[in-house]
Order: sequence, then structure tokens, then C-alpha cells
Amino acid sequence: MKRIYLDHAATTPIDPVVLEAMLPSLTGNYGNPSSIYAEGRAAKKSIEAARLQIANAINADLREIYFTASGSEADNWAIKGIAMKNQAKGKHIISTTIEHHAVLHTCQYLEKQGFEVTYLPVDEYGLISLDDLKKAIRKDTILVSIMFANNEIGTIEPIKAIGEIVKEKGIIFHTDAVQALGNIPVDVKDLNVDLLSLSAHKIYGPKGIGVLYIRKGVPIDNLIHGGAQERKKRAGTENTAEIVAFGKAAEFAIQHLEENAVHMKTLREVLIKGIMEKIPQVRLNGHPEIRLPGNANFCFDYIEGESILLSLDIIGVAGSSGSACTSGSLEPSHVLLAIGLPAGVAHGSLRLSIGKSTTLEEINYVVDNLAEIIERLRKMSPITAECPIDDAVFDKPDHH
Amino acid sequence: MEYTDIVMENFTCPKHVGEMKDANGVGQVGNPTCGDIMKIFLKIDENDIIRDASFKTFGCGAAIASSSVATDMIIGKSIEEAANLRNSEVVDALGGLPTQKIHCSVLAAEAIQAAILDYKKNKKK
Repeated sequence: MKRIYLDHAATTPIDPVVLEAMLPSLTGNYGNPSSIYAEGRAAKKSIEAARLQIANAINADLREIYFTASGSEADNWAIKGIAMKNQAKGKHIISTTIEHHAVLHTCQYLEKQGFEVTYLPVDEYGLISLDDLKKAIRKDTILVSIMFANNEIGTIEPIKAIGEIVKEKGIIFHTDAVQALGNIPVDVKDLNVDLLSLSAHKIYGPKGIGVLYIRKGVPIDNLIHGGAQERKKRAGTENTAEIVAFGKAAEFAIQHLEENAVHMKTLREVLIKGIMEKIPQVRLNGHPEIRLPGNANFCFDYIEGESILLSLDIIGVAGSSGSACTSGSLEPSHVLLAIGLPAGVAHGSLRLSIGKSTTLEEINYVVDNLAEIIERLRKMSPITAECPIDDAVFDKPDHH
Repeated sequence: MEYTDIVMENFTCPKHVGEMKDANGVGQVGNPTCGDIMKIFLKIDENDIIRDASFKTFGCGAAIASSSVATDMIIGKSIEEAANLRNSEVVDALGGLPTQKIHCSVLAAEAIQAAILDYKKNKKK
């Protein structure tokens, strides 16, 4: 059976162009980039070429690009590094309720270390309010960390406007742009961001390599201590092959940004329209327009997400859910709760994320088959429109 | 996390799904906040033997599969025996469950107990 992969927000397959670029570094180019001899110099050269590719992709200077082992490490470094270095100025941080766990759990950790964190709420679409942000800023605020685009519901935050407000106050601004790169333009100069996290495996590169952009002059402590790599800011022998791959993936993503985005957005609209029309009692999560081109996220009343995923998997479709059952915790997705969904509804979520290689046939197949899956599961469910278990849980049965 | 073939069979083709109109014992446990609700219907004869059982479940694959095998296991049994069904028996019948899904089997055992309790209450009336 042919598989249909619709979980590109989780990870993407390595593009053949990227694989081709990284292979020489896995086979021949094995030198330690810190070594002075030819093998070392060759490795160093390929790393610096990749650094320039990343810098160009986000309109940064190449000396502002630092390679990490993941997007999560970049987030940890940005937040802990700024907190530690600037704590004499203040111990207040502003973030949001819908951040990726790499930011959220790092902020929670810092709270235990005596920092104070304000988590800005979001509206029903997942957007923060600039007024809320202005009100939250205090004299002792040292960092604002707000994600560029949400990984679950795809909502794109007003990063440029946030950057202006934060800059005016002289506060450091970090954004987790892991979901944004390759999907929407990311320009650090235009956006007024000081720190920005990236990850290769969301843009058809390999897993295990990330980047933290650090604007020149931003005072930050190191997270990984050790050798003098990455201009003494991030220790550890460089992952040459994956750095090369990340550089190529970023370059390739930017070259095809417009065409890929248009392609994904077109398919997304077919998917959303098809599902909303064919299936009753469904709601679209996230903003109808201000969202990532490939992201579609739905809640189906009366049923649970994992059973939808299993059913889709059986017919060859890979998707994801914010259901607790898929995460191993008892709580459904914090993002879906933050946009105001009752927990019972949040359990019934399905995220389908389109990639550059997704086809219209694949989308049509999903639209054609999902209705039957939902109907079968609803027939098994003790919750119905006529017999709600708890009225409060399904307060808007007609919501579309 | 991976489900056994038996879990997947019982998820894709569950036995005894649906509401039972002439049930004389109905039990429901769980809540939507936690993502699992199990409702069990029992038809019990005058000798306290379970003649039929069915279920409706809101939940994950493991919850649906647990409901399926649990209802299947108690048909033909006395209410005493059924009330003593242990969740570990449900897990064994499924060929095992992932650790974080064990609570689904507990829910099935509890739903059966709730349905039997309901039957006993109805009988007293």
C-alpha cells in the first residue's frame, strides 16, 4: 500500500539534493574541523559555507549563526542563556501559553530557579494580543520569547509588531522559528528579533541539527560548555555532515519558498474545504488565513484523536493529534486548551500537515475516506448530539 | 508505542459494539476530560447469568479494544464471575497493552462492575 505522509510539521523526509550534499562529509570529509591539517581545514571550510547559506536564508550575518544539536537545544540556550547572563537586570520573562515544550518547559524550569514568567494568553485563533504584551512588560523584564508559528494549529504570530514593541523597551526578543523556516519568509533584520531558533529536519534536512541565531552584541551565556567550537559559544565537535545538509536544505527551501508555499496552501484549502463540507460536527483549529501554508488542524466532536490516527494509519495515512492518548499524558494538547477548547473536544483533534511533495490525489484520498472513519468511530461513541455526556463539554455542537 | 495484532483486530472489528435497547444493567465510567468514556450494556437472565453484553466507547484504540474483549469475556458468565473480572485478564486477552494504556483495561473492568451494580439496583425495585 502506498503511504500518504501528512505529518510534515513533525518531521520531513530528507530531500535527495540535501542527501547528495551531505554524503561527501559522511564518507570522505571526516576531519575534525578544529584541526590544523588539510582534513580539518576541509571540514571547517564546508561548515563555514553552510553557515553562510543559513545566514543568507534568514538575512543574518554569518557570524550570527551558531549550530546546535536540535531546535530544542537552540530554545534552551536562548532562554537559559539570556536569563543567566542578564539576571542582574531583572528576573522577569514573557512568553505565551502555546509555545513548544522546548520553550514552555524551559520557562517552567527557570520559574523553579527564581525567575518569574508571564505566559500571554491567546485568542480563539491562537493569536496573542499586542496590548497584552505591552501590559505584561515590566521594568525587570529581560526577555520576550514568542514563537513565530505554532506547530499544532499553524497560527502565525505578529512577530514584526512584537519585535518593534520589544525593541523600543530595550528588551531581548527570542522567537522559535522552527515551523516558520521554509514555509514563510524569515528575515531577522526586518523582524527585529535578537535570537531565533531553527531546525533542519522540518525543512527536508536531517534530524539532530539546529541553529540559534544570535544578533551581534546580544549578551548571552553558554549552555554547552567545553571546547572552543562555534567561536567559543557552543562546545562539541561539529556535526559536519549534518551542518552541510542544513545549509543545503535552507538554501533549497528559500530558493523554492514561494512555489512550495503556494502549492501547500492550495492543497490545504482543498483539504479544509473537503473535510468541513463532508463531515458534520467538525471545527477548524487555528486562524483561517494567518496560518502556515501546510497546516490543517481539526476537532471532531464525540470521538478521540488516537482512534482517528489508528484508522488513518490502517488506510495508509500518517497524521497526528493533540489527544492525550498520543502523548502519554492525561492532558490533551496545551495549545488546544489555550485557544479555549473544552478538554473533551481537544481529545478529538487531528493535525494533517502538507509538504512540498504532497499531491492533490493524496488530499482527495484523505477527504474521501475520512468521513467514513469519523462516522464509524462516532457510532461507537457513547457521546452524541442528542446524548451529550456533559453539556459543558460540547457547548457548541453546531460550531463549524 | 505499538499495539498487538489482537488489539488492532479488536479495534478495527470490535465485537459487541452498540447500544442494547433491552439491557437491564448499564454502567458508564470515565470522563471526556481524560479522554475515555466506556458505557457497558448487559442483559442478565433470572439466574443472574449474562446473556448478552455490548459497549459504546469514546477513547483510544486500546479503550475500544479493551471494551471489545471484556464484553466478549463476560457473556455466559454469572454476574459474580463478571464482577470479579480483573483488568489483567483483559490485558492478557489482548496479548498485552502498552504501559500507558493499562488504565483502559481498568476502565473496562470498572464499567462491567458499574453495569452489574445498576442491574442489582434495578432488581431491588
